[in-house]
Amino acid sequence: MENQDKLLNDITTKEYEYGFVTDIDTDVIPKGLSEDVVRLISAKKKEPEFMLEFRLKAYKAWLKMKAPEWAHLKIPPIDFQETIYYAAPRTSPKYESLDEVDPELLETFKKLGIPIEEQKHLAGVAVDVVMDSVSVTTTFKKVLAEKGIIFCSFSEALIEHPDLIKKYLGMSVPITDNFFAALNSAVFSDGSFCYIPKGVRCPMELSTYFRINTAGTGQFERTLIIAEDDSYVSYLEGCTAPMRDENQLHAAVVEIIAMDRAEVKYSTVQNWYPGDKNGVGGIYNFVTKRGICRGESSKISWTQVETGSAITWKYPSCVLIGDNSVGEFNSVALTNHHQQADTGTKMIHIGKNTKSTIVSKGISAGQSDNSYRGLVKVMPGAINARNYSQCDSLLLGSTCGAHTFPYIEVGNKSSIVEHEATTSKIGEDQIFYCNQRGISTEDAIGMIVNGYAREVLNKLPMEFAVEAQKLLAISLEGSVG
Amino acid sequence: MLSIKNLRASVEGKEILKGINLEIKAGEVHAIMGPNGSGKSTLANILAGKSDYEVLEGEVTFLGQNLLELSPEIRSRSGLFLSFQYPVEIPGVPMVNFLKASVNEHRKFKGLDPLTAGEFLKLMRAKKDMLHLDTELTNRSVNEGFSGGEKKKNEIFQMAMLEPKLAILDETDSGLDIDALRVVAEGVNALKTTENATIVVTHYQRLLDYIVPDFVHVLYKGRIVKSGGKELAFELEEKGYDWIKNGEN
Repeated sequence: MENQDKLLNDITTKEYEYGFVTDIDTDVIPKGLSEDVVRLISAKKKEPEFMLEFRLKAYKAWLKMKAPEWAHLKIPPIDFQETIYYAAPRTSPKYESLDEVDPELLETFKKLGIPIEEQKHLAGVAVDVVMDSVSVTTTFKKVLAEKGIIFCSFSEALIEHPDLIKKYLGMSVPITDNFFAALNSAVFSDGSFCYIPKGVRCPMELSTYFRINTAGTGQFERTLIIAEDDSYVSYLEGCTAPMRDENQLHAAVVEIIAMDRAEVKYSTVQNWYPGDKNGVGGIYNFVTKRGICRGESSKISWTQVETGSAITWKYPSCVLIGDNSVGEFNSVALTNHHQQADTGTKMIHIGKNTKSTIVSKGISAGQSDNSYRGLVKVMPGAINARNYSQCDSLLLGSTCGAHTFPYIEVGNKSSIVEHEATTSKIGEDQIFYCNQRGISTEDAIGMIVNGYAREVLNKLPMEFAVEAQKLLAISLEGSVG
Repeated sequence: MLSIKNLRASVEGKEILKGINLEIKAGEVHAIMGPNGSGKSTLANILAGKSDYEVLEGEVTFLGQNLLELSPEIRSRSGLFLSFQYPVEIPGVPMVNFLKASVNEHRKFKGLDPLTAGEFLKLMRAKKDMLHLDTELTNRSVNEGFSGGEKKKNEIFQMAMLEPKLAILDETDSGLDIDALRVVAEGVNALKTTENATIVVTHYQRLLDYIVPDFVHVLYKGRIVKSGGKELAFELEEKGYDWIKNGEN
């Protein structure tokens, strides 16, 4: 035991692999937030009038709101006037080919392991790369366009499909939903827009890589996904950020709307800079993600693998309005060193025979703190609703924390809600067994943790699952000697 | 191959091994018998490098190296294999992945290239045939939901894959019905060569009907109190451990 603790304490961080800064000419507006800044962002993006109104309404609401304090997190005070709210690569025109793209930018992509050239040819992944808020290049658009699928940057959608945005923006996450959603609504810079028409199955995984680049820049992404009747789409979001000493604020909003019998799978692998081993630096990640199953028999599933950020505050949720609709949440959240995560989901059952499943796997190492927070709410009209929740926590060492905060509200008698929770420590016997077969302790822990998370990893698309497995092992490197 | 000199060891401050001496040569099968609590499993675990024990005194040499200075994984890669009394479950880790990692670590240690997926599967099939093993076990998670017999068969299967120089079978017969016992014993016998050696740790004589030892040692209260040929096992079976206990008094 002593030996094991020593191993776990001998923490020497592997340097964060994506900690590099790209030297690209950026267009930055002065830091701080005011009505003028909101107007400036909107003007810079040449937005339609309704968008400016939306932003101003959100800004005014935000001024009256307070940052939430209920999470099991120690959040240092954030000075919102010290943040830069807009930065875009100065080379704003769209490129016809990759040759025209800033070579430094391409170099960055290479370091991230997403060579666009290859991605173009690779089996069915279209990448809409968002770098410091403005979409730089979009691939595969033609293939998608033939099916009537729209997949583009949010700014582009505002110009080309303003009616769709006007109709659906704020439907899942209203302006006043919470402090961070209001902030995002006021200042969001760009993001992705995705529209799947009636009866269309999207033939490829839609993938977006987000990346925070400019020092001190808050990143406010906005994603809107609309799936019409009988459509299907699988959407992947991956994130990395370069190393910074200052804490960087990130407050994204993702909205999904699924109509009759539509299915949306949303997968995230998040490995933003978690801060160093002493807890200095790292991203503050306050995200609002919500999907509405508006149509009958529609389905929305969230799958997330969270290994990054200094602070994670995130509850991808489903509002099950349509009868027989289904919501799923599958999560692996790993915290190491001084990371803090308070994450989980909300499943709101409104329609009849609605079903939801929650599988949450928390992994804590170092001095980190990892909480699951979940709400299952069954409204009186949601007769025969079903929920199954399973929340497991795995502890590595004795200096980390794991907490589970389930909230269950059932408004009728025909519904069944089940909740199971376990907490376990990684077994010394398991590690010794691996050692006895020639496997080092570090590899053994990577293997055991991946085994523990497998149920969730299996829900990820193939190439993402491989990446996620490596990420789990890398994130724990140095958590044992 | 293995030389143990005056090995004394304790767990949680209590002395369990009180001076063990043992010499094992290639090609030999040694049985270590003794009543419960005599220190048999402690000896097996110390040889494999489990960290809960404290070695107080003594020397252990394995293939010319000071065994006690090697980490458990290096001991394994050097050719020491422990068949666990209670193989632990590792949920979610497929047996195939586990074994492949294990086999390739052993190969890397020997300066060999890792096996490709195809080569590995071929090797696995060959070993399964050799042991008449249920093919389904390797598709499941490591030991998860295995019956007692399946777990022990799985240990012997891993042994076949790794081809150790020295195999230590810790109470491999416990919890086995007669059919499983036969499969396990036949496997061990099939793997025996003049190059490797086996230590069979057991409470009962039963297993020794199938795996015939060259030497039998009786461990009692942390010491080897009697050594002899295979006939010693029969004598023990007949007279019981009281014979040894009384003999000491």
